[in-house]
Amino acid sequence: MNQSGASLMDFVHRRRRGAELLLLILALVVGIGAYAAVGLGVEGHVPADLVGYGGWLTALIVVAHVAIRVVAPYADPVLLPLVAALNGLGLAVIHRLDLDPTSFCSDNGTFARQQLTWMTLGVVLFVATLFLLRDHRLLQRFTYTSGLVAIALLLLPMMPLIGNTINGAKIWINVGPFSFQPGEVAKVLLVITFAGYLVLHRDALALAGRRVLFIDLPRGRDLGPLLVMFAVSMFILVFQRDLGSSLLFFGIFLVMLYVATERPGWLVVGGALFAVGAALGWQAFGHVQNRVNIWLDPMAYYDETPGSGQLVEGLFGMGWGGLIGRGFGEGDPCRIPYAESDFIVAAIGEELGLTAVMAVVVCYGLIVERALRIALISRDGFGKLLATGLGAIFALQVFVVIGGVTGLIPLTGLTTPFLSYGGSSLVANWVVIALLLRISDQARRPVPRLDPDGPSWSDSETTQVVKLK
Amino acid sequence: MNKPIRVVAVFCLLLFVALLLNSSYLMYFRAGDLGEDPRNRRIINNAFSRERGAILVGKDAVARSVPSDDKYEFQRTYPQPLKYAPVTGHFSFFTQTGVERSQNDVLSGEDSRLFVTRLVDLLKNAEPKGGNVQLTLDPAAQDAAWAGLEALPGDAKGAVVALEPSTGRVLAMASTPTYDPNGMASHDFGSVAELTERLQADPDDPLINRAIGTTLPPGSTFKLVTATAAIESGDYDADSMVPGGFAFQLPQSETKIKNHDGGDCGGKRISLTRALEVSCNVSFLSLADELGNDAMADQAEKFGFNSTSLQDLPGQAKSLYPRDMDEPQTAMSGIGQSSVTATPLQMAMVAAAIANGGDVMRPYVVNEVRAPDLSVLGQTDPERISEAMSSSTASELTRMLVSTVAQGTATPAAIPGIDVAGKTGTAQSTPDRPPYAWFVSFAPADDPQIAVAVMVESSDTSRDEIAGGRLGGPIAKAVMEAVIAP
Repeated sequence: MNQSGASLMDFVHRRRRGAELLLLILALVVGIGAYAAVGLGVEGHVPADLVGYGGWLTALIVVAHVAIRVVAPYADPVLLPLVAALNGLGLAVIHRLDLDPTSFCSDNGTFARQQLTWMTLGVVLFVATLFLLRDHRLLQRFTYTSGLVAIALLLLPMMPLIGNTINGAKIWINVGPFSFQPGEVAKVLLVITFAGYLVLHRDALALAGRRVLFIDLPRGRDLGPLLVMFAVSMFILVFQRDLGSSLLFFGIFLVMLYVATERPGWLVVGGALFAVGAALGWQAFGHVQNRVNIWLDPMAYYDETPGSGQLVEGLFGMGWGGLIGRGFGEGDPCRIPYAESDFIVAAIGEELGLTAVMAVVVCYGLIVERALRIALISRDGFGKLLATGLGAIFALQVFVVIGGVTGLIPLTGLTTPFLSYGGSSLVANWVVIALLLRISDQARRPVPRLDPDGPSWSDSETTQVVKLK
Repeated sequence: MNKPIRVVAVFCLLLFVALLLNSSYLMYFRAGDLGEDPRNRRIINNAFSRERGAILVGKDAVARSVPSDDKYEFQRTYPQPLKYAPVTGHFSFFTQTGVERSQNDVLSGEDSRLFVTRLVDLLKNAEPKGGNVQLTLDPAAQDAAWAGLEALPGDAKGAVVALEPSTGRVLAMASTPTYDPNGMASHDFGSVAELTERLQADPDDPLINRAIGTTLPPGSTFKLVTATAAIESGDYDADSMVPGGFAFQLPQSETKIKNHDGGDCGGKRISLTRALEVSCNVSFLSLADELGNDAMADQAEKFGFNSTSLQDLPGQAKSLYPRDMDEPQTAMSGIGQSSVTATPLQMAMVAAAIANGGDVMRPYVVNEVRAPDLSVLGQTDPERISEAMSSSTASELTRMLVSTVAQGTATPAAIPGIDVAGKTGTAQSTPDRPPYAWFVSFAPADDPQIAVAVMVESSDTSRDEIAGGRLGGPIAKAVMEAVIAP
């Protein structure tokens, strides 16, 4: 650490809780305003339960905000407002789809209510995470445990009785009356596992190797973890037919491996493996070929089954929405199957226009940016890797799903974080935000002065300072 | 680890920029293409529900949208359905035809000329309205054309086209049998599908606008083209003597073609005027034989054969004069037989070109396009598409046609006190089908205001009667009178 590093360490982050509150008010205006606009647009009057709904949403957000004030006062002030805005917008759009007279959208018109219940559970777990997990480094202890649990969760949908296949993907389990996607939880646990493993083994993975064509390639024996992860991804692709999750898991691991080792060589090896996997998947599976063909020429497969009807309806809807959208109730988003989950961005594009789609993308961009900023200022390697991994989840997931819906890349089924209808995803993502806030609270909190008068401490390895309290 | 984190941040930035660029491309630049896709039900549903502009003939709407209390806000209605169906077409949930289709952008309000109106509607939060389309049709002429076709005996099929020679405006366009577009515009989609199926299965093809959509051998009316080619060649005028007699020996063939009445047209050599007056087959067979395929084809194409000219209506069939006919076929083409086919519109264009001093004008049915507030957004300008003949040839032909009405085969079209120019025709496509009766005319001969072509196909009428122009003549006369009468 040189001189500038020392002065950086003297920099004390402000808590900025007031700024967070202000942004939260804006986020609530988005959420509640959208709900009122749905009532006006679809039913012609302000919804009767606006006060009750708005009150509930406000209460949830206030609870989350107060929890942060109490147990994570230095946490990043932007993340919660972004999430609140996205979740509120998602609820309003799902509510609008519920109200559509064509029953194509939702079976019973109660998706919004269920989603609000899930959001409540999400906020409860968010608060619980912040209260129970006072130091994210505790998670490092569960490196292998969480890995095992993650694999167990990923295997659950394969089990008889509780396993549930929806649309060809074996990624659901039935727990009582609920369908649950264990993969959503597994991805968080996997990030914890990766971070714990990589922070321990980064030196070995980083240093050994040989240089080929300007790129440091890793040693063969160090390829183990990468190959294991590759195998897991291929397993998900082959046995669960879930292209999106397979891509997501491998991508996150690759990003974290690169950050841990600082060696682009891993990206080369990983990218090659990805290419091999993609080629194999394309060769072996009709549904993968189908996805690629549809991506190349969606209009040609409109009338076929399985075809591009859903994608093309989404494109038609977004094209019709144009710059400012048709307005709530004026579009026809229910023409798109699964408009409330995978294709919610298409529904937003149709009724709120390019403006809203861009706003949503920028919100996600900001979440990723905040996550990576937290990774940058985090003082410990585990925290850095964890924050990077959690940020990468959002970046890759959003890119894969919005890119798929807008025709940029082949379509793969993934939920849009915080917007899509779906309990497992929503709850898991709220916990992810809690983890990010916990890491940022640790990172932004002033370093405890071990010896306030001693000049020597600033030279020490400050990232290794352990909180004493 | 900070350096790779920064690299990852840049990578993520690129991902999000790609998303932003792609969604902009999709929702702004590609939106127009997506909206034009015929499978895009959003556009169709929306247009179906919207207050569509009216199609006007004179001061009356022949197609308009009225408020509806079912799930769509407006219902398209056609107050005079059968009479105008061939022109207006219909606006159903599944397709559009006729002017409803060709002027869809204006009627639906999507046309760029209506941008300001759309913007105002948007700001006022009013439902967008479509613009109106004013047709060139003359209500009196259309009434006369429709009444004439309806009065035909039995299950007659026919079509009438009337043009204003100096501009190309379509003054009347009727076709029978036809259909009721109100049934197609119904909001009961089951009945629409049923009706569509029934109309499509009907052997009489009621969905086809015969005035522009069917091509048939034009028969003796094509002798106008042959006569034009002869005079334009420089070797003939109205008084030139041409071969007459009882029969014409087809070249390279044993077949002899007789005149329609079995007579000799009044001698071995008769004047061209006389040949036209009595519609002498022998004269025109020999003229076409002498002029040859190239000269005949050149002349036919100057009149508009082998191409389409009407842009305002979909479904125009191309009238044909093949360029690869052998000698016997070429000779037969001189009397509108062999492979020559024409639409009633094409024959009306031939008459209009003669009436207009030789200039062929592009026919059009859309006169003006108006905003919902009735301000004029655009007007169709008459356009000359070719010069079929010199003005002296035109006046010579006019004189010949006037005497054809005055003392020849075309007398049923004579209007007292007015010089009418006209020509009958009878044509046979296949021996087992009844012949087609044709009649083309224009009036007044000294200052033509209207040119008409009538085509009638009827199984109830004997071949001789048809040849007399008795079916087509009175209809043409009534249509001309409707426009000329003060």
